[in-house]
Amino acid sequence: MIVGDDPTARALELAEAAIGGDRRALARVLTAVENRTPLAEAALRRLYPLAGRAHLVGITGAPGSGKSTLVAALLGAVRAAGRAVAVIAVDPSSPITGGALLGDRVRMQSYAGDPDVFIRSMASRGHAGGLASTTTAAASVMDAAGFDLVLIETVGTGQSEVEVAAAADTTVVLEAPEMGDEVQAIKAGLLEVADLVVVNKGDKPGALRTAAQLRAMLVPTVGRSGPADRPAPKRPQVLVTTASTGVGVPELLAALDRHRVAGRSVEGGGARHARAAAQVRAVLADRLADRLRSASLAPLATAAIDDVAEHRLDPYAAADRLLEAIARDSR
Amino acid sequence: MTDRPLKVLIAKPGLDGHDRGAKVLARGLRDEGFEVVYTGLRQTPEMVATAALQEDVDVVGLSILSGAHMTLVPRITKLLIESGMDDVLVTVGGIIPDDDVAALREAGVAAVFGPGTTIATVADFLRANARPRD
Repeated sequence: MIVGDDPTARALELAEAAIGGDRRALARVLTAVENRTPLAEAALRRLYPLAGRAHLVGITGAPGSGKSTLVAALLGAVRAAGRAVAVIAVDPSSPITGGALLGDRVRMQSYAGDPDVFIRSMASRGHAGGLASTTTAAASVMDAAGFDLVLIETVGTGQSEVEVAAAADTTVVLEAPEMGDEVQAIKAGLLEVADLVVVNKGDKPGALRTAAQLRAMLVPTVGRSGPADRPAPKRPQVLVTTASTGVGVPELLAALDRHRVAGRSVEGGGARHARAAAQVRAVLADRLADRLRSASLAPLATAAIDDVAEHRLDPYAAADRLLEAIARDSR
Repeated sequence: MTDRPLKVLIAKPGLDGHDRGAKVLARGLRDEGFEVVYTGLRQTPEMVATAALQEDVDVVGLSILSGAHMTLVPRITKLLIESGMDDVLVTVGGIIPDDDVAALREAGVAAVFGPGTTIATVADFLRANARPRD
């Protein structure tokens, strides 16, 4: 909290400066967003209407598959095309101490002094889906600040951290050669949300075979039945890159640009709608939690939780009771 | 916010390749609950200042064992001040002769940590001296 200062005025000042290209102001707004301060909300109110122009690209894959190296290689290709690019690189927070080692910049440091490259590390702060809970909002801030492309690098993921697909317009899943057999490629989860699958470390033995196996196995089944509103399975293009040397990176950038154009034409803007829904749900959950901590409702919430802990009340009934209390309190 | 972790940049400017100390400190501060941005070896002053600005860190910790601290550190503190980061705590670790400490402090360094400094000493100093910001 800011004492003796008006957070709204300060937020607007920072937001205007960030829009105007002040990178220090942009960094401060991002910190406020990460820390969920009142300043962040006021700044986002100004910035969000300006966002929605950038191409948000999620990059995910197992630890050590080469995400940071690929992002660094993409930076080179994007800058060669004269476009402004921002990066959000998420690394995990310790579940024990809350500390984090954010090491993704190590491979991206050659762009110091280039105002059209902005890299920000984020700790996941206990959020489990491969991102931090504030990553989507941070991407909107970068979008509003005028970056044409925002690369969102997840923590090293396993099989089911699919949240990035909702945060991004285009999701790239990285695979390393010889990381699994054909059965791995037909398991549900991460590969299903890929718009592009990249087999990185293309100079290693087995890379081409891995790519061929993925191409063969990622074909959607034909004659599918099921509810009409269920999204059709994706048929991701499979590319091979060697991020450390840049081989295949221009082709990846071209594929990203093609997907950006294709995504814009989708009825209802699938990814955008999913992202909006996820954001509203997350804020709604935060708001509800805040209300339950308020002076008028906290005693009731504590009592309800005590009752559930003692098995006097089931969790569903407790939640309904609290929702009713919030509704009464709002009138 | 009171409970947010402090964010620290651990940077290794200059040309020496001895990053064990920086890595041990980065890992140790992680275990002390800090969010530590580590940028790797052979950083120019511009790289350090850019990373500090984009990451909006509370602390910049510089590890230098090459003897070039009297050249590198003032350049970094000057760049930080020029880019409006005058409220960032700057500390230096490594092999720094006692005779140079006063000059480094003059250049804006809050503390110099020599060999044998414990992680806890550094962590306590940062917690006590990093300026709370909005």
